[in-house]
Amino acid sequence: MSNKVHLEEVNIHFGKTHAVRDVSMSFPENSVTAIIGPSGCGKSTLLRSMNRMHDLVPSARVTGKILVDNGDIYGRGVDPVSIRRRVGMVFQKPNPFPAMSIYDNVVAGYKLNGRLPREEANEIVESCLKRVALWDEVKDRLKTNAMTLSGGQQQRLCIARTIAVKPEVILMDEPASALDPISTLKIEELIEELKTRYTIIIVTHNMQQAARVSDYTAFLYMGDLVECGETKKIFTTPEQKRTEDYITGRFG
Amino acid sequence: MHGMAYRKAKNHLMNLVMLACTLAVLIPLGLIFFHILKMGVSSLSLDFFTQIPKPTGEAGGGMANGMLGSLIMIGGASLIGLPIGILGAIYLAEFGGSKVSTVIRFGADVLSGTPSIITGMVAYTLLVVPMKGFSGLAGSVALALIMIPIVLRTTEEQLKMVPGSLREASLALGVPFWRTSLKVTLRSAMSGVLTGILLAVARVSGETAPLLFTALGNQFWSRDISQPMAALPLQIFSFAIAPYEDWHKLAWAGALVLVTVMFVLSLTARFFGRSRHSG
Repeated sequence: MSNKVHLEEVNIHFGKTHAVRDVSMSFPENSVTAIIGPSGCGKSTLLRSMNRMHDLVPSARVTGKILVDNGDIYGRGVDPVSIRRRVGMVFQKPNPFPAMSIYDNVVAGYKLNGRLPREEANEIVESCLKRVALWDEVKDRLKTNAMTLSGGQQQRLCIARTIAVKPEVILMDEPASALDPISTLKIEELIEELKTRYTIIIVTHNMQQAARVSDYTAFLYMGDLVECGETKKIFTTPEQKRTEDYITGRFG
Repeated sequence: MHGMAYRKAKNHLMNLVMLACTLAVLIPLGLIFFHILKMGVSSLSLDFFTQIPKPTGEAGGGMANGMLGSLIMIGGASLIGLPIGILGAIYLAEFGGSKVSTVIRFGADVLSGTPSIITGMVAYTLLVVPMKGFSGLAGSVALALIMIPIVLRTTEEQLKMVPGSLREASLALGVPFWRTSLKVTLRSAMSGVLTGILLAVARVSGETAPLLFTALGNQFWSRDISQPMAALPLQIFSFAIAPYEDWHKLAWAGALVLVTVMFVLSLTARFFGRSRHSG
């Protein structure tokens, strides 16, 4: 399997804080890679560097190489907007656009960027909502405000909105941590389903979740990449003592 | 330890003091409104809203030209002031953060504290002198100068209240930052922005001083913004200081209309402000 995203000696600074140190690793195509580690270890920071979300923070500095399909997304002249269209993101807290209907939220990526023919919009809304298993729950009230949905439904709507713009990679920043167990289960099933089409990188501090959904796992501690490899191996025979201590719950 | 009765009595007393202070604020407002109502309502008629002032000595007439002039000039001021105020606020809230924005913010605060007659003098120097004449346009510019800092600061505050997660949601979909600012951030803050706009309109609709040497006023219908233009507050002013009893009555009627318009604008602004908080 080829590598979709590849990190080379990635360092991330916020002002004087060195949040991520010399991380080099690869994310294979059409697979789920989980990034685990205790709070504040730099998981989210690393994740957000992969679609250039740090560009908005003046004090943030990303060095090293982040390649998507072998192209450096921090290369000279690369437009962060075009990167974000290829590398979508789902956030920790469901964040549908509150002033929009369910329907408009799904096609927000198109509508905010210009016009979208009605026929095409209808198709996108139906197919994306079906893929996140939300269609049957909302098909009769597509025009109602998105905030009327439950938290779990909102998160699935956010995933629908993300896949609607046809990204190649989906970054998920603790997508189920604000949800109840049943909604979490639905999101996890969805991730399993989505990996046939997308490369998924998920940050989670729930180790059971990482074990359940991911093919590969990377353990990050204090900004360092301690270990990465196949999830089964990381959780059964880790090479590093620190990994073993973390996954067995001795710290973190 | 003081007894419960003592503390209750103290509580009661302080409540009364605060109630008295509240009344002290509200009573003058009530007095003004009822006095204007009493004096003005008898002169209100259809003519007041459709006729221009009659020549001295003739009975009747109205302030229709003043109301039209006010509408035109407030419209012009909004056309100039709202884009500048709103776009400036987007700059301050979304792009600023440097020394430039501190300077702009300070400038806006000073501008909003500037006596409006000074604003009128600025417009006089900028437009009336070079154009060699008083004009509705100069009046609009003077009013716009008053609107800009109000709209700028209220809009900026509203934009800052929009959660960052919404901007991120939009950016992560590959929407450029400027589109995100306009279509997501500004739109989410819209009800608050509208409140600020209405308050700014309410504020300038009563302004007299900046119009004195810009629009000047006009006894006749005036629709040409390059010519001196009538305005409701100006007509109230000139009719109130005139020595004729029936002109005074018209001035009271004008005051009643003006206060009512401002009252309705403020209420509408409150309504927009409230609907935002309840979702």
